[in-house]
Amino acid sequence: MSYIYYPGCSLEASAIEYDASTRAVMHALDIELAEIEGWSCCGATAAEPVSSLLSFVLPARNLALAEKMKQNFSVMVPCSACYLNLKKVEMEKKQNPSMSASIDECLAEEALKLEGKLKVRHLLDILANDIGADQIKNKVTKKLSGLKIVPYYGCQCLRPYPVFDDPEEPRSMEPLIEACGAEVFPWDMGAQCCGASNMNTKKSAAGKLVQKILKSAKGADAIVTVCPMCQLNLEGFQEELSRKAGEDLSVSVIYLPQLLGMAMGISREELMLHKNLAVKELVLSY
Amino acid sequence: MKDTGSIKALLATCMQCGTCTGTCPNADAMDLTPRHLWRMVLMDRADEIFESQTFAYCSTCYFCTLKCPRGLPLTRAMSMLKEVAYKNDVKTFRKSGAFYGSFMESVRRHGRVRESEFMTLYFLEMKNPLLPFDFASLGLKLMSKNKVSFSLPSGADGRGQGNLDRIFKKVSEIENREEQMP
Ligand code: SF4
Ligand code: SF4
Repeated sequence: MSYIYYPGCSLEASAIEYDASTRAVMHALDIELAEIEGWSCCGATAAEPVSSLLSFVLPARNLALAEKMKQNFSVMVPCSACYLNLKKVEMEKKQNPSMSASIDECLAEEALKLEGKLKVRHLLDILANDIGADQIKNKVTKKLSGLKIVPYYGCQCLRPYPVFDDPEEPRSMEPLIEACGAEVFPWDMGAQCCGASNMNTKKSAAGKLVQKILKSAKGADAIVTVCPMCQLNLEGFQEELSRKAGEDLSVSVIYLPQLLGMAMGISREELMLHKNLAVKELVLSY
Repeated sequence: MKDTGSIKALLATCMQCGTCTGTCPNADAMDLTPRHLWRMVLMDRADEIFESQTFAYCSTCYFCTLKCPRGLPLTRAMSMLKEVAYKNDVKTFRKSGAFYGSFMESVRRHGRVRESEFMTLYFLEMKNPLLPFDFASLGLKLMSKNKVSFSLPSGADGRGQGNLDRIFKKVSEIENREEQMP
């Protein structure tokens, strides 16, 4: 199996461990990734408030570059914000001819053209549905017995396009966690919002959302995420939120491919567990 | 001009049921509820809309879009309000606008965002030396993990894909053209 790969900007910097662990797990599963040549930023959450057209053109540029590599293929995207931006273009291309014409006009500046022949897929979708828990289980060399995990999906891989999971009560991570020999710890915050970029512009509102999520995770050994923005919000503010709440809200937060990689016997260094901002000894001891 | 006509057109069938407010995780922090905001949009009350901070609190979770019984594209409407506020330099949106604007400036320059550069641009834009302390704890953590380094804005480096000037220019050209259409 092989996929076109769009890492996105975060995976080069604050989420470098998400990139490393995704590549390591795919390698172990004999899946080839072809990184889009010359990819650029998808606009993240910043393009839409600045210019709606730009928020379509930036992801479209990347899909057009990807089409030059292969057509009728799936593009794997690990970051949920990037995923939604690219997905939005895939959908709009089919439904909105006038938007599509403006996009074409902008892409022509770089002699690019978008045919709309690619399918944008979230990493979680590919892990859960193309690869599947059984294949993961076959590769497990070190069962994570007793480790209690809460799966956190966040928003943008589920909504507004519920293509691979229930948009309110998602379950797609559970079989993957169980395949690792770990336990799914019950909670109801998996599809709630972490505040996204409000953490930068409206910090107290976002802080409240994160606090609620961390409180519900009490009793679990780790939160597992599938988005760099969720990851950073959940791992980066634990001390100050604990101080505000008057209770210890600290908990390990790791990316899904890091968890899978641990069970598959991939080394901590390769999974870059030292790069996470919140990982406790207990998790590292596995 | 703060024109919200195209947003109003999207919301024409709103029946003011309040489901959007009920699903919004940020409703408590908003001065107007989402339902109330949509009512102001339907009544062309630009002053009230842009004095309010409601749209600036939207964290694009898409719950309201999922749940609206009329199937209205509400998250998109929130973003469209942010865009109008950004383009008109609306006072209540200045901090958020500076954040998004600095981010996109870094993308225009390098093709990819350089997290350290855009944060610096943001602080300069806000002309508020205290603002960095909002981020100090996170910034230090990221630096200690070697994930970002804080630096002054600079020209192109070897890592980016070159700048996206031509595409950015074309986007504003098309937007200006559309604005001038009757
Ligand atoms: S949920 Fe939809 S129909 Fe109901 S008030 Fe909100 S926008 Fe209007
Ligand atoms: S998309 Fe925005 S307005 Fe809608 S529920 Fe989420 S935060 Fe509230």
